[in-house]
Amino acid sequence: MRRACLCVFLLIAFIFAGLSFASAQSLSLLTWKGYAPKVLVDKFKEETGIDVNVTYTNNEEMIAKLRATRGAGFDLAQPSQDRISSVQELYRIYQPVDLSRVDTGQIIGSMLEAVKKNTLVDGKSHAVPFCWGTSGMIVNKKFAPDVTDYIDLLNPAYEGRVSYRLKRPTLIALAFAMGNDPFALYGDEAAYKTLMEKVGQAMIDAKPLVKTYWTNGDALLQSIRSEEVHVAMAWDNGGWKLHGENPAIDFLAPKSGALGWIDTFAIPAKAKNLDGAYLWINFMLRPENAAVFTNLEKTPTASAGAMKLTDAAVRDNFERSFPPEAIDNIKWYPPVPARLESIEGEILDKVKASR
Amino acid sequence: MRLPRNHPIPWTLVCFLTPVILWLFLLIVLPHIDLLLMSLRREDATGATSWSIANYLLFFKEPIYWLTFVRTAIYSIIVTFLTFVIALPVAFYITKVAAFRFQGFLTMLLLLPFWVSELVRVYGWMILLRESGIVNHFLLRFGILERPVEMLYNDATMVMGLVYTSMLFMVIPLISVLENLDDSLIEAAYDLGGTMWSIVFRIIIPHAVPGIVAGSIVVFMLTLGNYLTPNLLGGKNSLWFTEQIYNQFIASFNWNQGSAFGFLLLVLSSLVVWAGLKLSGQKLSRVMK
Repeated sequence: MRRACLCVFLLIAFIFAGLSFASAQSLSLLTWKGYAPKVLVDKFKEETGIDVNVTYTNNEEMIAKLRATRGAGFDLAQPSQDRISSVQELYRIYQPVDLSRVDTGQIIGSMLEAVKKNTLVDGKSHAVPFCWGTSGMIVNKKFAPDVTDYIDLLNPAYEGRVSYRLKRPTLIALAFAMGNDPFALYGDEAAYKTLMEKVGQAMIDAKPLVKTYWTNGDALLQSIRSEEVHVAMAWDNGGWKLHGENPAIDFLAPKSGALGWIDTFAIPAKAKNLDGAYLWINFMLRPENAAVFTNLEKTPTASAGAMKLTDAAVRDNFERSFPPEAIDNIKWYPPVPARLESIEGEILDKVKASR
Repeated sequence: MRLPRNHPIPWTLVCFLTPVILWLFLLIVLPHIDLLLMSLRREDATGATSWSIANYLLFFKEPIYWLTFVRTAIYSIIVTFLTFVIALPVAFYITKVAAFRFQGFLTMLLLLPFWVSELVRVYGWMILLRESGIVNHFLLRFGILERPVEMLYNDATMVMGLVYTSMLFMVIPLISVLENLDDSLIEAAYDLGGTMWSIVFRIIIPHAVPGIVAGSIVVFMLTLGNYLTPNLLGGKNSLWFTEQIYNQFIASFNWNQGSAFGFLLLVLSSLVVWAGLKLSGQKLSRVMK
């Protein structure tokens, strides 16, 4: 019987160890690389006593992770604004944002309204904006001075020096560059599929030109830095980071329009530490903290007063890459209907499988 | 239920068996049942689900899916064979040629790379082989090449990475069978005029068959189920079947299709292993001893 007692005691000890670990004041954050800089995590801990546990991921994995647990396991997520409403309708992984607990005075009004409108499900908004940026081209001018648009990703002149992601933004960018407007076809599944098949075929034909399909932002920057890749489709901040090291490399807003995204704060349906989540949202959007983030990541935020506090170099980047007409030409992602992603997935599979 | 007095509950057994049973049931059996059910459902345009075997049919209807599987299986067989060809001399050297006191040390050397994670090892290969990498640097320095070549992102590199990753799982079973091989058999063969090749093919390999089959099963299954190495080293040309499963789950949000692919991978790979056992005339129970 002594042994039985010991066994039971051990089991209970394990369970309690698990529980006490989970109940410590902490905030589980599901976000993108770089969105929770260590300086700010430390400052937040000092202010509130809450530890922030960060998990880095991307839009697709974020959705898959939350879908697997029906919105449990994380207190706060940072999906892009166009990937919220359709996912929410299907899988119910987020909860509405209580705007009375968000310090909305800190947020740029137009951006807040846009995100509120785009994440509306059952009459309630599910996100507030955090930061924004664009996808476009990162070009090494020394080797590829004539690049103007996404279509140069398929240009034989840059054979073996091209890199892009096998993800939906690439399909959309190439569709724009071929003179179509994929966003206008969001409502028409059949027409969208035809267009995407055309884009997919062009990508298959141009596959020999590709160095590799990048999946990890840091790895891409490394190959551009080492001059293995000269033309890439990527996020603006990566190009600006590299411009600081090598002036020949820069971000370029493509002729057919940079693709504009807004990443948000959205609260998973079964978040445990709601107070912590709202504290973190308000903390990150406070101008001085948002400016720290922007200086590190070169990504502008939705915080109203932050731009004034950022380094001049960061503002220069923006003005250099985005003359006024390029700003007007930014194509902002509208909310994407759920069915389109499986069409795109199938086409991307075909591109990857082709020889 | 009351247990008879003379049979006390075997607490020690319960204590040790519980984790295993929990592990098997909670982490393997339950999720698989869930996956099986999911794979048999299909979501229509409105999001409503119904029972259907369409997910399985799609695999056979759409050439890119089954071709990817065939490609993955063939490459896994090649990897298994290459691993065996490299591992046999290594295992033979360690058990028969090296001095006894070095045997442990040599096995340790083999084990050492496996103390770091697979991801780190693969990144190590990437640093060595990339266009601006170390190997290219030295080839240029010594004038062997005029301009750097990209050694990553092709099938040969991918196969090499997979062989490297699975070496240990072939060497260990081979060492354990070769240890039982009586040295006098080899000596006798030499005395009777046997050549090196006839000894390898008529004494060593027949003796080592259980180890070879055990190692091959492990290597084949690990290679077939590998995601990281083909993806990172194979780059743009490496559509591995595991990646198809990942894409269905993550990129297309189609968990039903992903589960069906997962089950097909399980069934088809088991069939390949079964065929391998039949061909080599081995029994699973004997091999796994």
